[in-house]
Amino acid sequence: MSVNQYRSVGSRIFDAINIAVLVGLGLITLLPLLYVLAGSFASESEIASRTFFLWPEKFVTSTYEYIFATDVFIRALLTTIGVTVVGTVVQVGLTLTMAYPLAKRYLPGRTLALNLVIFTVVFGGGIIPTYLVVRDLGLLNSYWALILPLAINPFYLIIVKSFFQELPEALEEAARIDGATEMGVFWKIVLPLSKPIIATFSLFYAVGIWNDYMSPLLYIDDSSKWTLQVLVRQLTGADAQNALSAMETVFFPTQGLKFAVVVIATLPILCFYPFLQKHFVKGVLIGSVKE
Amino acid sequence: MATDLAPPPVKAAKVAGHKPNRAQTLWRYRWLYLLLIPGLAYFFVFKYVPMRGLQIAFQDFVPFLGYNGSEWVGFKHFVDLFTGPDFNRLMYNTLFLAFLNIIFVFPAPIIVALMLNELRINVLKRSVQSLIYIPHFLSWTIVASLTYILFSVDYGVLAGWIHEFLGGQKIDYVAQPDWFRSIIILQTLWKTTGWTTIIYLAALAGVSPELYEAARMDGAGRWRQLWHVTLPAIRPTIVVMAILMSGNLLDMSFEQIWLMTNNLNRGTADVFDTFVYYVGINQGAYSYATAVGLFKGVAGVLLIFGSNWLAKRLGQRGLF
Repeated sequence: MSVNQYRSVGSRIFDAINIAVLVGLGLITLLPLLYVLAGSFASESEIASRTFFLWPEKFVTSTYEYIFATDVFIRALLTTIGVTVVGTVVQVGLTLTMAYPLAKRYLPGRTLALNLVIFTVVFGGGIIPTYLVVRDLGLLNSYWALILPLAINPFYLIIVKSFFQELPEALEEAARIDGATEMGVFWKIVLPLSKPIIATFSLFYAVGIWNDYMSPLLYIDDSSKWTLQVLVRQLTGADAQNALSAMETVFFPTQGLKFAVVVIATLPILCFYPFLQKHFVKGVLIGSVKE
Repeated sequence: MATDLAPPPVKAAKVAGHKPNRAQTLWRYRWLYLLLIPGLAYFFVFKYVPMRGLQIAFQDFVPFLGYNGSEWVGFKHFVDLFTGPDFNRLMYNTLFLAFLNIIFVFPAPIIVALMLNELRINVLKRSVQSLIYIPHFLSWTIVASLTYILFSVDYGVLAGWIHEFLGGQKIDYVAQPDWFRSIIILQTLWKTTGWTTIIYLAALAGVSPELYEAARMDGAGRWRQLWHVTLPAIRPTIVVMAILMSGNLLDMSFEQIWLMTNNLNRGTADVFDTFVYYVGINQGAYSYATAVGLFKGVAGVLLIFGSNWLAKRLGQRGLF
């Protein structure tokens, strides 16, 4: 009986339109990505002559061969991987160590520290004063400038703190009675129990560093230290020509090259996507509930 | 959140009448404080020291002379900002985009979530849902590149289609100031709608089936159920999202705008953040740029508290 409401003509028309629109949305998301992927394996003449395709007529790998034989690309790729790995370790480490004491309700001064953190969400020094601090620290053109200024995300910190608060106090208690120091409890009891949330926020931070464009734009002038995102920008932006002359290698960015760089900068994210999907959704839900 | 001195885990026995002094407290919790130090150091160096650096908005800052040696000029840069040609343009551009965000970007995930909620083919529902939030994980550089690839005059597939369909002159969508805002809103819709949809879907999942059952008993059709059951159920979520949005009204994504800005469209494209970068970093006018940034920061704080206050006045639960 309750199914009846879906049987009327109006209801069916609505369902049909609804499905069509939603599938359309899915395609709008997917097709540009597939087109770029297909284009990165197509010849330059094919890209120019065919309007839209999802499969190249002739499968060509020369663009990728060129990329992986050119210093500028290899360097950018390695730089980005290195900064992402080191940065994630540093940022997750700082977040965990700070969240743990903040989770201890009995710790004197905890409220003050928490309020100091929360205040930075509402108000901050802004672009120029932060830039001057980074410069005064001698971090311009240093990879650390891509890691340290964004080291702790206050929202992630609060979520991790809330997670620590939910851990059963009895376990920690037992370890302390067995003579474990506070450090021992943190290292041997708390961290192993927190593996899921550590995985979640490692991915959060890693994606953040990998995708970051503003930090390299602000802090890195030296073209030998460019990250992938900067390279993508330099190759695909409207002023691609000017920018490229800044590199020692001067070449004309072909369409295929643009496509391939976009693919390379996107692929790692999409490879992690299944994991991201599982964890991120959980993360965003925790975030939206706790906020 | 009061600092409740709940009994510490070990040696909980606080000797009657004997209040531990500061040194003893520090010593007892030394490990915890030690763990706290690196994080606090981060917030101090990269968040609070820059706040002190805001003083250069009231100086003619010369890096060589430093914070103490530079000359104090009071509100000169603010007067320059408010009386100069930039302010109106920046405010207009920012508010125009904010307005478009409210009209198009804000309702989009609500509508998509409601549509997904009506979808009863579970496989399809889950696939669409998983597909449309992929762009959330892509960087703005990638989104900008895709835009250039699809909309450029010479090669752009979409630009080509539109031209074929409508005829007339070829339009350079990515360079023309007239098209800037449309492109930005399209990008934002593409990148953020799917992700925000998750939050509304979570709220929708919490609606009790009994409510629908009851509504059906009373003879409500699908539209009436939507109107009288579904929408009221997700109203608190909508309010929270609205507060968050109005608090961030002046915060356009720096990366997004910057990546789509060129010399042709700068007049239309500039918002506060990109202007601060352009004037401060590219032209070296640190003090003026900091003044612009400080103005935006203060306005942002007022917006957050204002919208929270308004939400409470309207009988909703605020954020704080």
